[in-house]
Formats: sequence, structure tokens, C-alpha cells
Amino acid sequence: MFDYTFQWRTALRALPDMLEGAVVTFETAALSMIFGVLIALALLAMRETPNLATRAVAGTWVSIARNTPALFQIYIVYFGLGAIGLHVSSWAALLAGITFNNAGYLAENFRGGLKAIPDTQVRAARSLGMSSFQAYRLVVVPQLLRIVFYPITNQMVWAVLMTSLGVIVGLNNDLTGVTQDYNVRTFRTFELFALAAVIYYLIAKLIVAIARLLAWRLFRY
Amino acid sequence: MFSTGFTFSTSFTWNDLLFLLQGAWVTLLLTFWSMLLGTFMGVSCGLLRALLPRATIPLGWFLDIFRSVPLLIQFVLFNSLKSIVGLDWSAFTVGCVVLGVYVAAFCTEIVRSGVLSVPQNLRLASRSLGMTYWQDLRYVVMPLATRVAFPGWLNLSLSAMKDTALVMWIGIIELLRASQAIVTRIQEPLLVLCIAGLIYYLISLVVSRLGAQVEKRWQQND
Repeated sequence: MFDYTFQWRTALRALPDMLEGAVVTFETAALSMIFGVLIALALLAMRETPNLATRAVAGTWVSIARNTPALFQIYIVYFGLGAIGLHVSSWAALLAGITFNNAGYLAENFRGGLKAIPDTQVRAARSLGMSSFQAYRLVVVPQLLRIVFYPITNQMVWAVLMTSLGVIVGLNNDLTGVTQDYNVRTFRTFELFALAAVIYYLIAKLIVAIARLLAWRLFRY
Repeated sequence: MFSTGFTFSTSFTWNDLLFLLQGAWVTLLLTFWSMLLGTFMGVSCGLLRALLPRATIPLGWFLDIFRSVPLLIQFVLFNSLKSIVGLDWSAFTVGCVVLGVYVAAFCTEIVRSGVLSVPQNLRLASRSLGMTYWQDLRYVVMPLATRVAFPGWLNLSLSAMKDTALVMWIGIIELLRASQAIVTRIQEPLLVLCIAGLIYYLISLVVSRLGAQVEKRWQQND
């Protein structure tokens, strides 16, 4: 029943390349998070405006991002845009797809966070003579950041896990891509992917640990 | 090759739509079985985690692994493990099991927080009314915890539905893979993908509407 000899040496030989891939994975996820947070803030603002058109755009974005698979979103960028003559690389497609996804989820989180801050605080700030922008910058955003900090951390872990989808559209320099490259050469599927899983786990735990440290430093009061 | 001007011509046929719907059916089946498996395991693990928090810390660590490793890699790993051990399982079974365990890992946390949301005083009160430990669980904790956990569970089933898209990697033809197959034939990716996306969207919409109905009905008794 069990006549398989594990050859961990093959996997260990691939480790340096895989670690390089891990860096690409992390960078991609971080980039997608930075863009995602910015777009999510824009979407949040768009949803608050009285203009129906901008609200519809933001609403559509959020609902598509949340109701279709991330892989589908990457496919649309990779194959769909290719059809109208816009050829993007696998990496760009992956980044765009994940950013789209992140922005949708984060926008919803931000909206929940915004609701948790009482309206009266803005009015109090305004009546103290702050401008609208000042009230947002000095009163609302610091509190919002505290509320959405945990969801952002979560989303960052998600982003890292989602980068593994790049391999399906042919990305070969992120962690999963490198692993798959070695896999087709050596056929040590289990060993290689087990190692990749360990690296992903460590990246995820690292992010959570850094976030804890940051939260401890930032939100003392 | 391309349609020009405002004429709309497509090679997309009814048979293709049928093929997509068959893929959607596979997606739904996968979602159903993995949710069934995942909920069953998740409820048992979640109850254990909530009722014996100290003793089940290792279980928490173990389930955390499934939440911190990409699902795609879990599929590949289990698929190769299956060949190593020599299990004669179909790709569909592998998909259900891996997705089920993945769902269980999330469901455990949902159930745990649901059970923990029942105030301790309420449980003490039910015990002091003469209920046994199990009666307290069955008639007080369960109904209250279900109400708290249900929205999370519904979200989980929607995300499981979306995650089924990854099983294409182990060779199951579900909705997204079906759309791929059609794209390679008729070379109209945008149209076909949009139809596939629409189907996903509709499934999500229907499930979340149904869930909202259930929640509304429960709230009437509160």
C-alpha cells in the first residue's frame, strides 16, 4: 500500500529559489494591498456621495468583487482584456485581479468601520471650529484605522494566499510558480508542495505577528 | 475574426450554455457536499473548542494550518498524497474532502464564537432551573448560538462556492473550467467569462437572499 520513498533532498535543493519566489509573493500581496486600500477608500468616498452614477459604479465594483471567485477576476483581466487587444502579463493580471478583489472586500470593511464611529463626533469636531477635512483627518480616520486594522491584517493574509492563483494564468516566479516549475521537472509533487505550504504558513504567521506588534505600538491609548 | 461595427455575432451556441450550466451544477454539488462535510466537522470541532478551550488548543493550531495555506496547494498536496497512499478516490471526492476540511477550519471558529456569545449567566440560570448539562446545551445554547453563527456560516458557504473554482487544478470540470473549454473553441473570452461570472453572481445572489429570509423569520420570535 505504501511503497513511496520521500526525497526531501530534491525539495531542499529547490529551497533557495522558492524563497526568492516567496519574496515575489510577498511583494505582490503587499502591492495589491496598498492599491487595494487606496481604491477602497476611494470607493468608500464614492458610496457616500449623492451622485447616483458614482454610487452605482462603487456598488457594482464591491458586489462583483465579493460575489465572484478571485480566480474569475484574474481570468477576466488576463483573457478578457486580451480579447480587446490589451495584453497584460500574468503578473500584472494577478496583481490587478487581487487588487480588484481586495478593494471590494476592504471597502465593505471600511464602511462597517465608518458606521461604528458616531456621527455626533464629527458634529462636535465641526462645532469646535475644525474644517470638514480636519474633522475627518484628526477625529474619524484615526478611529477608523483602529477599527479596520484587524480586517486589513486579515485581508493581507488573504492576499498572500490568493497570489498562489497566479500559477493558473502562467506566472512562474512567485512561490507557487517556482514550486510548480520544479514539480514538472522532478515530479516530487508532495515534497515540493509541502515545503511551499510550510513557507506560506510562515509568511502568514509573520504577517499576523508583525500586525500584533504594530497594533501594540500604535493603539496604546 | 472580430465582429465589426455594431453587429453582434457570436459563435456561442445553446449547447455551450448547456455545458456551462452543467459546470455550474458541478460547482453546486461540490459546494453542497463540502459544506455538509465541513459543517458537520466544524460544528463538532467548534463545540469542542468552546466547551473545552484548554484541552483543545492543539486542535486550534491544527485547524489554523488549513486557514494559513493556500487552498490550491492543499488540493495539490492532498491529491499527491492520495496517489502516494494508494487511495482510489475520484477527483470529485478529493475536491469535496479538501474543500470540506478547509470549510471545517473556518466553520469551527464561527461555531466557537457563536457558542461563546451565549452569556455565561444564562447558562448558569438554566442549570439552576434544574436542566442537565446536555439540556442546557440543547435548549438554551444551541438556539442562541445558531442565530449568532448563521450569518457567518452563510458567508462561509458563499466563499466555499467561490473557492470551488480552484478544483480545476486537479481536473474537475466545474463552471470556470467549462468556460475555459468553450473559450479555447470559440475564442471569445470576454463574452464567455462574463456569462460564467453572471452565473456565479446569480448563485451568490439567490443564496444570500434565501439566507436573509431565514434570518428575518428567526428574528420574528426574538
